[in-house]
Amino acid sequence: MITKKRYERPVIKKLESNMPNKFGMRTEYEPVMHIEGAAVKDLIAKYGSPLFVISERRIRKTFQTAKQAFETRYPRVQFAWSYKTNYLNAVCNVFHQEGAWAEVVSGFEYDKAIQNGVPGANIIFNGPDKSEQDLRKAVTNGSLIHIDHLDELYMLQEIAKSTKQRPKVAIRVNMDTGVYPVWDRFGFNFENGQAWDALNKIMFSGTMDLVGLHTHIGTFMLSPNAYAVAASKLTNLAQRLQQKYDHEIKYIDMGGGFASRNTLKGAYLPGVDTNPTIDEFAEAITSALINSDFRPKNPPLLILETGRALIDDAAWLLGSVIANKRLSDGRRSTILDIGVNILFTAFWYAHKITPAQKFTSYTEDTVLYGPLCMNIDVIRDNITLPLLNKGDQVVVHHVGAYNMTQWMQFITLRPKVVMIDMDGKVHVIRNNESLENLLELEVVPSHLSTFEL
Amino acid sequence: MKTNKPTLTIGVTGLNAIDSPGPGVAVIRGLREAASFNCRIIGLSYESLEPGIYMHDLVDKTYHIPYPSSGTEILSDRLDYIHEIEKLDVIIPNFDAELYSFIKLAPKLKAKGIHTFLPTLEQFEERHKVNLPDFGAKYDMHVPRSKAVYTPSEALSLEKEYEWPLVVKGKYYDATLAYNFDQVKSAFNKISAKWGLPIIIQEFIHGTEYNVTGLGDGNGNTIAAVPMRKQYITDKGKAWGGISIDDKKALKLTHKFLSETKWRGAFELELMKNKEGNYYLLEINPRIPAWIYLAVGVGQNIPEALTRLAMGWPTEPFTTYEVGKMFIRYAWDMIVDLSEFEKISTLGEL
Amino acid sequence: MNLKNNIAVSDSGFVFNPASGESFSVNPIGLEMLNLLRQGLSQEEIVTSIEKDFQAEKINIERDFNDFIDMMKQYHLMQNEDE
Repeated sequence: MITKKRYERPVIKKLESNMPNKFGMRTEYEPVMHIEGAAVKDLIAKYGSPLFVISERRIRKTFQTAKQAFETRYPRVQFAWSYKTNYLNAVCNVFHQEGAWAEVVSGFEYDKAIQNGVPGANIIFNGPDKSEQDLRKAVTNGSLIHIDHLDELYMLQEIAKSTKQRPKVAIRVNMDTGVYPVWDRFGFNFENGQAWDALNKIMFSGTMDLVGLHTHIGTFMLSPNAYAVAASKLTNLAQRLQQKYDHEIKYIDMGGGFASRNTLKGAYLPGVDTNPTIDEFAEAITSALINSDFRPKNPPLLILETGRALIDDAAWLLGSVIANKRLSDGRRSTILDIGVNILFTAFWYAHKITPAQKFTSYTEDTVLYGPLCMNIDVIRDNITLPLLNKGDQVVVHHVGAYNMTQWMQFITLRPKVVMIDMDGKVHVIRNNESLENLLELEVVPSHLSTFEL
Repeated sequence: MKTNKPTLTIGVTGLNAIDSPGPGVAVIRGLREAASFNCRIIGLSYESLEPGIYMHDLVDKTYHIPYPSSGTEILSDRLDYIHEIEKLDVIIPNFDAELYSFIKLAPKLKAKGIHTFLPTLEQFEERHKVNLPDFGAKYDMHVPRSKAVYTPSEALSLEKEYEWPLVVKGKYYDATLAYNFDQVKSAFNKISAKWGLPIIIQEFIHGTEYNVTGLGDGNGNTIAAVPMRKQYITDKGKAWGGISIDDKKALKLTHKFLSETKWRGAFELELMKNKEGNYYLLEINPRIPAWIYLAVGVGQNIPEALTRLAMGWPTEPFTTYEVGKMFIRYAWDMIVDLSEFEKISTLGEL
Repeated sequence: MNLKNNIAVSDSGFVFNPASGESFSVNPIGLEMLNLLRQGLSQEEIVTSIEKDFQAEKINIERDFNDFIDMMKQYHLMQNEDE
């Protein structure tokens, strides 16, 4: 029998000469055919395409590395898992098994953490929207409430009075750390004295326990030094509390926002080479704490709420090529079954995308589109890929943060999420949606139940 | 005679000897004239029309390498392939945009027997245009006021502080003078599309530009330093002619820069002398400049000294140079067979 | 449907248009198609020939071939019908 040669589509490329620029040949055709030992081909055959794949091993390893980075530099460290980054219960519970508390920003997330079995005292309640009902629950459970604004502070005073319980509170502080933009919409400002005012109000009220100070200076931060500035501003507040009230706070919560390995759109070099490591963030924060003038009897607990940097690299999104097309200017475009409805982060990252099968070294500059009938559905506006055919599979890297919470049920149904456990066994941790699931929520008034066409 | 001298295989980038030239070809000329070693030159190119690729009397063999934007992993793989064939002793990278990757890879390269002599990552970042104001404050040097901005409207707020014109600079390359806000916006968009964010808005200093190229040994010592005044500048702001000068103040500033930062490797300082005779440090280029052959010509073979430092060989500092020597750049049309272009284009080697 | 007569195609897949001075590179399948075109084969014959040697369905080869020819036209490498 004659074996036929492997086929690849024909391609002709004009040879042009330019000075190097950011749109130069980014060669990303090194195929990724397996994830944690499981073949991409088999995963898609069994669970469908597209498919989110999460590695339990990778989560634990990243967590342990981060924990070690801080614990070797500071005596008392506590991580709290940021639910909004990825609140699939299986993911949350891996973090809880590793010792992380829960950090939530809504009543929904709060209830999710309680249902996962997190003790109330180990839940940090952040965010601008906490209803009276939410706050009562949190006060009763002894959760740590991080006050965002004065209206919340007054509401807590009322609750404290009516329940005769002392809420455990901290305030969220916003500040100028020398990076742009300044996140001043959350919490109380440091520079203009709002934060100090709020602390005084809490101390004077006598109805609450001021246990900590919290900040969260931004997202996808590329400057460890900004955290050093933030840490020293918080210790400044702690020191003033000590001097004025002889009151020692129990913890300093530095929030999150550490960059992951992703590459921001507009960046010239890939994020995997340039973004600061967790060690660099740890060094900046802990040195600022240790070197500050704040000299408490007991060093405050250092709480970290980093989400993205702990989960981004532990998840992949598998997908398939729906079709190849030519745009009017001759550029290649490839349509994937992965759209921005499930890969929300495509709006701000140039995600690393690799094929899941072997190719020759021939490549084409390609625009990668999603399947939605929407002009904004662009996954990569310029990427050099091998000559993909319909049905070929691709792997999108570093998708663990925010995609599985910010995704939308738009036009189509959301896919399955699987987790590969420590032994390489694959578990479905969230099923794909079905038409029935969605219709369950809908009610059609009886006069609209029939029609004739 | 040749037998006493060791022969080194040296990889050199920046073979784009075009109107806004890369330093590679000039570096190679210095290496070819080195008194203390012979060399085989391996060109490392990004584009098939870089003239150095076709200069066979200067470059023995050329390989395409991937763009810095592909990341260190892919670059490392390609260098492994080249090293396997050529057994490189030293690599001299000459582009700002590739330095980050080479600095990151340096320990890995060293383990394979490939030597480099580059600034540390801290030095590289600290001198970055974006960080120039902090740099000036830290080392007590005059620098123009500047700010890194992420949107054109941020630049608007600087209007009150600085006087027009403003200098709009890219993260790695490109700089344009803007005389009004519309020009700032247009320059912002053009430069950020090419080199990413941020864009640096800098106060314009009126005066005369001077440049110093040199070499630091990483312990604060000056191994080489040659000041030059540009005599003719192209529309891209590149020197087309220049003269070596005896400028004690510029040299003093250079020694201070080296002793305080303990700079490791070659560099170019861009200085502006204002009416009052004060020097402003406009930019620190963390590499050899394109006019390096002037330094070779006046007695300081910086490419040779840099190679010696990379190899860990004892290297005497240069203390003198000839003042009043000029360089005049010229363009030279080579006749190249299409088959050579075909080879480098399709195989990535020539 | 013919390739312009003066187009030079080398074994390495380097394509040179002496009239315009432009050069191109093609991958091995593209090279094979170009060579078959130069032998004067029709689309039907070319697709059949490729299908004989390579693992691919005729319908896919045909689609890719048409796309390839479109690109060749865009690069002015094909003869116009009236030439």
